[in-house]
Order: sequence, then C-alpha cells, then structure tokens
Amino acid sequence: MNRLRSLDPTVVVYLALVAALAIGALLVSTVGRNFFSAGNVRDILTGMSVLGLVAIGQTLVVLCSSLDLSVPVVISLSSLLAATTMAGDPARIVPAVLLTLAVAAAIGLFNGLVVTKLRVNGFIATLGTGLIVKGYLDTQYKGTAGTVPWEFQLLGATGLGPVPVSTILMLALAALVWFVLARTRVGHQMFAVGGDPVVARLSGLHVARPVIVAHVVCSLTAAGAGLLLASRLGVGSPTVGSQGGYDLLSIAAVVLGGTLLLGGRGSVWGTIGGVAIFAVLDNVMSVMQVNPFLKDIVRGVVIVAAVAVYTRRTLHAHRPRFGAGGPTVDGPLPGPADGAPATGQLPPAEEVAR
Amino acid sequence: MRRSPREVALDLVSPQRAVFLLLVVLLVAIVVVNPSFAEPGQLMRFLQRVAPVAIVAMGQYFVIVSGEFDLSMGSLVTAQVVGAGVLVGQDGSRTVPVLALMLAFGVLVGLVNGLATTFLRVPSFIVTLGMMLALLGAVMFWTGGAATGNPADEFRQIGRGGWREVPVLDFVPYAVVILVGLLVLALWYTHRPAGKLHVAVGDNVATAHHAGVRVWWVKTRAFVISSLSATVAGVLLVGYAGVHPSVGRGYEFTAITAVVLGGVVLGGGRGWIVGALAGAVVLEALFVLLNYAGVPSTVRSSVQGVIIIAAVAYSALDFRRRRSGPATTSPAGGDAAPAPGRGGDTSTTSPAHSGA
Amino acid sequence: MTTAPVLTARGLTKSFFGVRVLDEVSIEVRPGEVHGLVGENGAGKSTLMKILAGVYQPDDGEIHLAGEQVAFAHPIDAMHAGVATVFQEFNLLPDRTVAQNVFLGREPRRRGVVDVREMARRTQHVLDELGVTSVRPRDRVGSLSVAQQQVVEIAKALSHDAKVISMDEPTAALAAHEVELLYRIVRSLAERGVGVLYVSHRLKEVFDLCDTITVLKDGRLVSSGPADELGPDELVRRMVGRSIESYFPGPLEGTERGTELLRVTGGGNAWVDGIDLSLHAGEITAVAGLQGSGRTELAEAIFGIRPFTRGSVEVGGRRVRVTSPRHAARLGIALITEDRKATGLSLAQSILDNVLLVIRGVFPRRTAHVRREADALMARLELSTDRLDREVQLLSGGNQQKVVLGKWLATRPRVVILDEPTRGIDVGAKVAVYDVIRSLAREGVAICMISSELPELLGIADRVLVMRDGRLVADLAPSATEEEVLRHAAGAEVGA
Repeated sequence: MNRLRSLDPTVVVYLALVAALAIGALLVSTVGRNFFSAGNVRDILTGMSVLGLVAIGQTLVVLCSSLDLSVPVVISLSSLLAATTMAGDPARIVPAVLLTLAVAAAIGLFNGLVVTKLRVNGFIATLGTGLIVKGYLDTQYKGTAGTVPWEFQLLGATGLGPVPVSTILMLALAALVWFVLARTRVGHQMFAVGGDPVVARLSGLHVARPVIVAHVVCSLTAAGAGLLLASRLGVGSPTVGSQGGYDLLSIAAVVLGGTLLLGGRGSVWGTIGGVAIFAVLDNVMSVMQVNPFLKDIVRGVVIVAAVAVYTRRTLHAHRPRFGAGGPTVDGPLPGPADGAPATGQLPPAEEVAR
Repeated sequence: MRRSPREVALDLVSPQRAVFLLLVVLLVAIVVVNPSFAEPGQLMRFLQRVAPVAIVAMGQYFVIVSGEFDLSMGSLVTAQVVGAGVLVGQDGSRTVPVLALMLAFGVLVGLVNGLATTFLRVPSFIVTLGMMLALLGAVMFWTGGAATGNPADEFRQIGRGGWREVPVLDFVPYAVVILVGLLVLALWYTHRPAGKLHVAVGDNVATAHHAGVRVWWVKTRAFVISSLSATVAGVLLVGYAGVHPSVGRGYEFTAITAVVLGGVVLGGGRGWIVGALAGAVVLEALFVLLNYAGVPSTVRSSVQGVIIIAAVAYSALDFRRRRSGPATTSPAGGDAAPAPGRGGDTSTTSPAHSGA
Repeated sequence: MTTAPVLTARGLTKSFFGVRVLDEVSIEVRPGEVHGLVGENGAGKSTLMKILAGVYQPDDGEIHLAGEQVAFAHPIDAMHAGVATVFQEFNLLPDRTVAQNVFLGREPRRRGVVDVREMARRTQHVLDELGVTSVRPRDRVGSLSVAQQQVVEIAKALSHDAKVISMDEPTAALAAHEVELLYRIVRSLAERGVGVLYVSHRLKEVFDLCDTITVLKDGRLVSSGPADELGPDELVRRMVGRSIESYFPGPLEGTERGTELLRVTGGGNAWVDGIDLSLHAGEITAVAGLQGSGRTELAEAIFGIRPFTRGSVEVGGRRVRVTSPRHAARLGIALITEDRKATGLSLAQSILDNVLLVIRGVFPRRTAHVRREADALMARLELSTDRLDREVQLLSGGNQQKVVLGKWLATRPRVVILDEPTRGIDVGAKVAVYDVIRSLAREGVAICMISSELPELLGIADRVLVMRDGRLVADLAPSATEEEVLRHAAGAEVGA
C-alpha cells in the first residue's frame, strides 16, 4: 500500500489498464476468441477515439476546477454543421471543418466568460449553455441532416494496420494538449488556478485566462468528436451527442484517469488511460456477449471503485512527530466524518481545516 | 421585528427571494396571455403537473445544502416507474406492497450513495454518476429495454386522480395533496435540530465535525431523503406520464437547476427549501408561458438556459457585494486566515489548501 | 555596518476598526544584515510584515526601497520590487514540482515554449546558492517536509532577485534538526547581501542569527539596535514590560479547587507524548508553549480529534477512550478551537444556529430548552448585538469568539479547553472572555487554556504547564515570571 501511495497517479491508471487487459484477454480466451487479434484491437481503438477526444478537452476544464456539461450538444451541433455545410461536396470539407471549429470555439468562449466574468459555477453555466444550444438544435433540425462526402467518411473508416486514423488523430491531439500543459505558460497556469486560486492570484496570474482557454479547447475537442461521428454516420445528427452521454462519461473518464475533480492535479495521459479502461471493459463485454445494459452497471461500479482507490491513496498525513502508537495516523480527521468535497469549484471547508 | 418597506423591497430582489418575484411575474404573465389559467381547476392541474419535479427538487435541496450532489435522481425515478409497471401489472391489490417495496428500494439507494460518499470519500458527483449508470443499466437489463404496459388503474390514480367537484377549488389532485403534505413535512424537518444540521454541515464540515455532529449520518440522511423524493415522484409519474424508460430522464439536472434558481448555493450552507420549490414551479411556469405565448416547444430549452445563467449570475453578483462588505474582510479578526489577499472573490473558487 | 539601508520604513501606521495596531513604526534594514523583529503577540509584527509585503496598505507612513519611495498595492508589486515574504502558511501548490512553484507565472520561455531545462537549471542554481542538496527541482512540493517547503518559498523569493526577504516565524513548524538548515540558509542570504527581516518568538534564534534587533510592543517601536548590546533578560523585559495586571483581578470569590474531572496518564500519539495531565474543578490550568510545540495537538488528542493511542484517560473518575469530538461532547468536554473561521464557526449561519450547533448535533432533545435560554446566554457573554438571526460572518472577531464560547457553554460542559481564545480580538472582548473563564471556574468547571500570550496566561491561570516538542516539560506556579516560562518553552539554554 505504501509503495502504491508513492506512485504517480498516471502510472496507477496504466497499471489498472494492464490489469484490465490481462483479465480481459483471459476472459475472452475462455470463449475461444483472441483478444489481441487485429480486428479486436481495431474495435477497441475505434471505441476510444470519440470519448477520448471529448475527455481530452474535459481534462483541461476539470484541471481548472470547472466542468463542461455542454459537450453533448456541441458534438451534435458540430456533426450537423459539418454535414449540412459539406452537403456531399468534397470541395467544401475544409470550409465546413473551419466553420464547425469556429462555432465551437465561440461556444467555449461563451462558457469561459460566463464562468470567469459572471462568476457562474461551471456546472450551471455549461448546463445553461447546453440548453441554449439544444433549443437551437431542436428548432433547426428535425432529424439527421446533410451528407458527408465519401472522402470525409474515410476519416472514420480507414486505418494504418489495426490502428484507425481517428485514434491516431486523437492521440496526436492528446500529445498536443500534453505539450500545452507541460510546456506553455497557460498550461502551467491551469494547474495553478485549479490547484489554488489564491496562490495563483498572489503570483500575479490572470486567473480568468486559463479557465477561458480550457473551455474553448474543450468545445473544440468536442467539435472534433462531432466531426468524427459525422464522418462515421455519413450524416449529421441532433441527438448523437446526448445519446452517447458524453458529458458525464467524459468527466468520469477524466476522474478515472486520476485527475482531481476539484482541479489542480491530473494529466492527459491519465485520461487516455481512463478512456482505454472504459473501451477495454466495453469490448470484453461485447465479445463475451454480455447484455448491453449490464455494461452500464459494470461501468458505474468501476468508476466509483476506482475513484475510491485513488482517494485512499492520496490522503495526506499530518506529519507526525512521534512514532505511531496506533492505527490513526492516516489522516488529520480519521473516520468518515469529514466527508468528501462535492465537485468543481465548490469550497470544501474541510480542506482549510488544517 | 418591524421592517421598513425599503427593507422588504430589497429583500425581494435579493437572490434568495428573487425567485418568488420571478414566479409572480411569470404567473401574472401567464394569466394575461391566457386568463383561464387563473381558474382554480386550471391552477390545480398546473400544480399537479409541477408536483413530481417540485418533489424531486425538494429532495435535491437537502443534498445540495449539505454540500453534495445527487445525479442519480433521474434514473431512480425511471427505475421506480418501470419497476412499478412491472411489479404491479394488472393486479390492483398489489398497490400497497409495491409502494412499500419502492420506498424500501429508495432508502437503499440513498444509503449506498451516502455511505459511498462519506466512508469511501468518493466525491458525490462520481458516486451518484455511477449510481445513475448502474440504475439505468439495471432497469433496462431487467425489462429488456422495452417498457411494459401501464399498471393497474388503482396505482395510476395516485398520480392522475383527485377529488372532483370540490367547492371553490373544483378539482383537487392527489398529487397536489401529496406535494403540500411533503412540503409541510419538509418545513417541519428543516426546523427540527436534525434538519438544521444539513445547512450547518454544508456551510462548514470541519466546524460541524468539531462540534460533535455525525457528518456522515447527516449527509447520508440527505441522500436518503433525495432518493425517497425521487421514489414519490416516480409513483406520481406512473399515473401522470405512464410507464416508459424515458420517464425521469434529465430530472437530476432539472432538480439541480430548480434548486439553484431558488437561491440555494452549490457547495452547501445556504438556501431555503421553499426557494427550491419555487424554482421548480418557475421552470414549469416558464414552459406554460412559452406554450401559451405560442413559442415553439423547441425554443423553450434555449429560454430556460438563458434564464438559468442570468439568475445565477445575478446571485453571484450579490455575493460579491456581500463579501466585500466591511466586516467580512476584517483583517483584525482574520489572523488565522492563511496568507494574504483572501478577501473579495473566493465565492466561485475553492480556498487555499496551503502548505504544511 | 555603515552601509545605507536597503529598506526604510517611516512612521507606518495602521488601524483596523478604529483600533490602532501599528503606531508610527519605523524600521531600517541594511543589505547583508539579519534584522530580528520581536514582540509579544499583538505587538504589531504581523501587521508590519504584511504592509511590507503589500498585503495591507498603511494608513500613514512611507516605505523607501534602495532610496526610492515605493507603494505596494498588491503582493506581486512587492515581489517585483524585490521585497519577498515567507509567510507561515506557504503559498505553494503541493501538486506541482519545486521548479514549477518557484517560477509560477514567469516561467522562462524560448520561442514561446516554456524552457523546462532552463527552469530546472535556474532552480537548481538557486538551491545550490542556498546550499540545499535535499531538495531537487523536479520534486513534488507536496512530498517535501515542511522545512523543505520553506526552502522552496525562500528559493522562490531569491529567484525574484529579492533585496529584502522577511520571514514570519520560520522555525515554528520545524523540527530541531531542520532549524540548522534554516540557519545556514539565512546566513548565506546575508552573505549574498540580502537584507533579512526575521520575525521570531524564539529568543535563542534571535540571538543566534540577528545582527540588529527591533522590539515592538502594543503597536509601537520600543527599541532598535545592535543585538550584542542586548542580553536576553533585557530583551524580554523590553518585550513584556507593560501593565496588564488590571485585566486580571484574580479568581472570583467562592472559586474552589474541587475534584479531579479529567486525568491523562502517559498519553501519547503521533504528535504528543508522555502526557500526564490532571484538570480539577474550579481550577484554571494554562498550557504555554511556542507555536508548533504540540499545544493544539494536545487539545485535539483530549477532544478525540486525533485521539491518544497510548496511555489512559479518565473523565470524572471513569476510564474512557475518547475517539471523536462527539464522544468528547457527550462526556462534558468542550473545545474552543484555535482557528475559529475554519473549525469554530459556520460563517453563513446565524448566531442562534451557531450557538445551537452542538446541542442539535449531540443533544437534540435539549434544543428547545437551550433556545429559550439563548438570550440569557448571549447576555452573559456580553454579546453586543440585538439580533440572534444575524449572520456570524458579519460580526467582529470578538463577537464571533463569544458565539463560539456560547456554542459550548450551551452544553453545560464540565471540562472546557480553550485554544488561543483571545487571538485576534479586541481588548474589550478579551476581558469578557476572561470574565467568562473565571465565572466558569467558580461554577466548578475545569479549565484548560492554551495561549501564546504569556501575560494573559500568567494573569489568569492557577498553574502553568509548559510544552515543548510534544511533551509537557514544566509545571509552574502562577507566580512564575514570563522569563521562566519562555526559558522552558524555548529550551533551557536561553537566558541562562
């Protein structure tokens, strides 16, 4: 347990992923299938790409101790904008993509401004934005619309060997976001603002800027997911985002990947690991022909259990002066009494206690 | 305590009370657009439709004011609705035992949410998200994804029936009686010692713990209350909306929205349950108004989104004003506050967990 | 030592709520000098430091830095100007590395990209200059010890090219062997020509390190001069010499030392050890000790927040294991915690809700009864507000503290532990708190009071226990002098 404590959270996520792979391979082999066959690997990677895209953006938002619940409608809107603008014409792919990204960026900017300038809690702000966009979607589109040209459909359909292009794009984006977090000032500021806004302010940072950037990027990655879905479906759909439940699932993947829901700690690669765990679980259950509805139960249990393990790991001990004479050196307030802080940027009083 | 009209007026526009002003404005507007709305029978039918959402909002109030979230309410409503449909079937005599079973299941869900949040220290956002997925999956697995027909009429009467031809009021739906009964019960509870502890825990967990409050039990109680309220809403919805796996979808967000509209602060420690109730009625009234005004149903969610953001931004504005008041930033009394610059604007962000 | 001062402050004055906490104080810090700033609690040291750090703006007076007049509107202004402050509560992000913390907000860049190597190199350079080998640029701050985190704070200050670094009680949270490291760092800072303003209660440190000592008392400057012209006894006399006796008229008539209500034998846990303590009805037992000596942890052990894991506890003659605050409250123990905003109050709730908190949580059946008596209770505490439905965060510090007291008095406790009950409150409220403590003693309550203010402790207590490094090291009569207490608290070698 002590060794586990000192490990980097991302390493723990990948250990969990390896365990999931091993157990998955074992289970799959009992029904006489090969888990690591090219086809199956492609299935898993394909399953990762859409949620992965959304979760990459969500990671930034959660790091800044905000949330983005508007991703499903951004995904749907993006798929529609792309498909209707392209209207089956390969020449219009580029303008359609640019338009989609521009609209998504505007939505993200709106989210970021509402959160930072109007000081509306991220949960409510993005819920509201989601409703606003949903109204537009419901009014404007009665069902699937537009057509995606065959060239654009290739994006979702081709691959290099067993690795789909969409997954490569997703991983490239993850690398880019990793670079932003590790090597740009705004990335560093995201950790600071999410970790401790007071320290951030005292260090002379503009607290609003990283939060706005995170929201914009999150909307952009959601738009990317929407584009990908449009390319797979061949059309735009006003419900493709909400049906996938991408808002909550992406948050779950982020937290599963070791990012603190309160912000300030986390990594993109952890998130990718979390997404991979979901994809492996899904895949194993599909191959085993588990009832699709049971999958949700397993997902729910896995999320809670995984986060419970992380929380156990990361309790900071109040530095003892004397050797422990008993069992109660684990945390400042032993027992469950101090509860767990809720979410997002809600002030957790117990954090201040010591 | 006598108060000047000015004070009363200020109170009305304060974010805690603004929801009531908004409600009055909406109701007046509805009556202007459609005078028949003011007839008792119409009003009662309106309240009947509000009842499930309002009850869910009242349950969510206890969770939020205790500093937590319950995202599992919507799927619990669905689970209860579908469960009732399957279990009651066409046998009206099963109504009472099934009701008892549903309540017991509600308690169980609340206990699991509460205990996982407090003992496993998993953020309630995640716990109840997991519960939401698991419940939905379980319901669909159990029913095979298809809703089974409507249950016996005895059961459905709870949600759709009522006393007819009542003097003055014309029609008194059972749902409204249940809503009023629960409101009275909730008001009574919030004035009891045990009820007051929810707000105290939501305001400052550490203080409550140091005062000997069993924080885990207070929070768990809140989750049990919210699950029970989702159960009651489910019972009403079986009658009102019928049995379908989509019934209850999105209720958790509607409830949280209603609670926040009602001036309750996410993160806990502030808010009045009647505000949460009023928030739910405002959301419904808004729909009715947009409906009467001929606004296409599809635009309504946009209007709702704008109103939510505006209302919460308004209350954030007010908090800033309060926080920058003279006494609260008292440095003389604030020696213990970590580091400088804690003043003004900590309302949307978590405070320092400084070194050491 | 005739170089021109790098920092000069003249006539600094600051009032809070009409109370003058800093009165025309002037101070000069020269480059390469370690300048000790001493004084009792409430003498104005913190306020002075915070003004120099840009946290507060002075009502009057001016600050010159290297000859130029400056005004700091924000802490970052002070930092940029070259005045860095290491507060007791660190401004660090525990989840980030040392280098990331040191360069937060001004990361070195090359072609727009943060140059991680350069950042690590420059951090290492600063650490090398400080002679620190135990901290590496890539270490996560949260994994470091308190002493090492302090090093990071100092490195941050140095990397700003600070001309003056002020440190607030830098050794308060350090273990004995870690103090040496700090000494080395402070000396090397001075050698580099930085002016160090060193605030400390520990006289040994002040004499070990400082070239110049400035003494503050009651917000005024008492003296400022070379350290070698002062002896420890003279220094203590200058810090203390004030007549506070008038606040402490002695025990109330009819107060008797009664039976033993609480007894700890050989108590210990990870933070305190070898605790033998006996609290009697009607007796006021004071616990003195420096910050970080384990006083608060002792109170928390008795109260079940961090329970004893060794030894035994008897309450009212019965052997018990107090495992939670709830348990303690049931046994008739009350704890007025040190940090009232963090652990004493529900700030957004009304006075009444705060007063009823323990009753509602632990003794719900008594709620109606206590509620009826709430007015009388607040009158006894001289709480000067007409409305019990006022939000507590709108009250002054003194009134807030009375609310905390009221919360516990409502439970009619038999043993009351008070941890720094008069911190940050005005004199009038202090006197009210003393009165309440005395009247509780007369009613047969056993009192244990922890305080950093020695005159207060000696004025009110029937006996004074002194804590050091987690242990009770002395049991003194109230006739003991402040010097004696300090000697025990700071270690025997001081003042000898």
